[in-house]
Amino acid sequence: MEFGLTQEQIEIKELALKFSRNEIIPVAAQFDEEGKFPKDIFKKAWELGLINTCIPAEYGGAGFSALDSVIISEALSYGCMGFNTSFMANDLALLPIVLGGNDEQKKKFLTPFTTEFRVASFCLTEPGNGSDAAGIKTSVKDGGDHWIINGEKMWITNAGYADLFVVYATLDPALKHKGICALVVDGKTEGIVLGKKEDKMGHRSSDTRGVRFNNVKVPKENMLGNPGDGWSIAMNTLDHSRPLVASSALGGAQRAMDLSIQYSKERIQFGVPLAKHQAIQFMIAEMGMKIEASRLLIHKAAWLCDQGIRNTEIASYAKAFASDSCMQITTDAVQIYGGYGYSKEYPVEKLMRDAKLIQIYEGTSQIQRLVMARELLK
Amino acid sequence: MNIFVCVKQVPDTETKITPTADGSFIETNSIKWIMNPYDEFAVEQALLVKASNPAANVTVVRVGSVKDTEALRTAMAMGADDAILVEAQDNLDSYSIAKALKGAIEKSGKKPDMILTGKQAIDDDALQVPQVLAQMLDLPSVSVIVGFELSGSTVKVKREIEGGALEVYAVNTPCLLAANKGLNTPRYASLPGIMKAKKKPLAQYSLSDVGVTDADRRVKYSGFRLPPEKPAGKKFDATDAAKQKEVVAQVVGLLRTEAKVI
Repeated sequence: MEFGLTQEQIEIKELALKFSRNEIIPVAAQFDEEGKFPKDIFKKAWELGLINTCIPAEYGGAGFSALDSVIISEALSYGCMGFNTSFMANDLALLPIVLGGNDEQKKKFLTPFTTEFRVASFCLTEPGNGSDAAGIKTSVKDGGDHWIINGEKMWITNAGYADLFVVYATLDPALKHKGICALVVDGKTEGIVLGKKEDKMGHRSSDTRGVRFNNVKVPKENMLGNPGDGWSIAMNTLDHSRPLVASSALGGAQRAMDLSIQYSKERIQFGVPLAKHQAIQFMIAEMGMKIEASRLLIHKAAWLCDQGIRNTEIASYAKAFASDSCMQITTDAVQIYGGYGYSKEYPVEKLMRDAKLIQIYEGTSQIQRLVMARELLK
Repeated sequence: MNIFVCVKQVPDTETKITPTADGSFIETNSIKWIMNPYDEFAVEQALLVKASNPAANVTVVRVGSVKDTEALRTAMAMGADDAILVEAQDNLDSYSIAKALKGAIEKSGKKPDMILTGKQAIDDDALQVPQVLAQMLDLPSVSVIVGFELSGSTVKVKREIEGGALEVYAVNTPCLLAANKGLNTPRYASLPGIMKAKKKPLAQYSLSDVGVTDADRRVKYSGFRLPPEKPAGKKFDATDAAKQKEVVAQVVGLLRTEAKVI
């Protein structure tokens, strides 16, 4: 049994943290305030090899393991959870191709992401169905030599900049999950209509929109797997991406704790630093405990992925525990900062706003518990 | 064209420093090491030269302990071709380090066309190694450089002097140049760079391999200790105009007797 990171993983983590400290942290508050998409920083991170970590080496990627990916994601999220949402969305959209595509599709769709900076979007959620993902209404019809997609998707990350969409659509809603297909759609295809950018509570720099597909024609060869394979591809993708999303919560939580420790040593109340007061110590101890436990769960969930062992149960533990912990930790960070914590002049209120989303997207904390129970009781 | 870059590994600026019990050095077990920031400018400059002279070979050299080879690995991940590590304790003096660097460069078998270093290391701030090394190798040297322009076998360098003014030198290669902040913007080591660095050659010599003995040691450290903790500041209330004269006299008195600054 081995708990430590390899020398290479330590170096990867150091690089990603350095990038967060130098490139993300100094500007994150401004991007948040203005709701601006950090395209140049996204591109710079891509140039350093920090983006699209899921692409295998044979298709031009770095060949990172799932464990490497969560280490990178945690470090980038330490800089800003919102930025990391944009970064991770590329992986979320490319994973279905990695997991469900054939060799031809992988070459055609993955390799361009390694030779130039490109943005991708994963389109599962719809206005009328979030947690009930199998209730997809977006339709896919056979148009002879192509597929035709019609429908509306909601809360699509990176939509405004996407060069490629992976869209889930159904052959017939009555078939439920057995009718779902996964299709790769070029971002420039006619009939794709973008909604306005959502004005969100947190993750304000990430570009989130509704996307409408009006008679969008997709080449036959762009369907991943066979008709009806979409559901299992989506579920497989989520098993891989949940540790990644969990690591995003972990990065934010670690930042909140580091800031809390720093502030509690500086701020004097009742003649001594906050850190001397037991009430504050307890909050910080709780943070450390939850962060360590989150990290262990995440690393195990990613390690299982790398071993090719089904990780559904552990990945849900990791995602729910890390995101719920992040919410608690960032809330306590605001509490430790007191009145200053509630002000936008200080960095912790943003962390608290950003934390909330991670309990919601990619399977709410409640859905994760349903998944856990299903696994435990089967 | 052979370019050597001498790098030092120093404690991260946020590291908590603890002197060893015998005061001969600092505890190194818990230290997080980084490449000396001034040396990063030197590495970057070497890589910029290499970019316009693809035949150039960049070798990074370091004298220090082997426990952690962070600085050399970072330099190779940034793009340096190979590395030499002279294994030694971390508290050598400047003269021994310069002599070890000279020995290592000579032992590499490559004739240096240019040696780049940082102007100083941020741990002991001795500012000696570049000049001592240049003297030992009988090379012209310029330190605190903020501008660099290579044409043929001449480098035009700009050097910062007091008052913010610049001196401009034309130096013939081979030469030694010591970098200051502002010379360039060091690149990140990219992830592919980190992967490639693992396969790059790292030669390892002992001090005796490079001709350094105990007798070369000019300075021995004996008394590392932390600076005394700063006492809390004193406040004087001079809002009452009638008492101002008295307060001023009191402050002046304390500056003489207690702070001993006037």
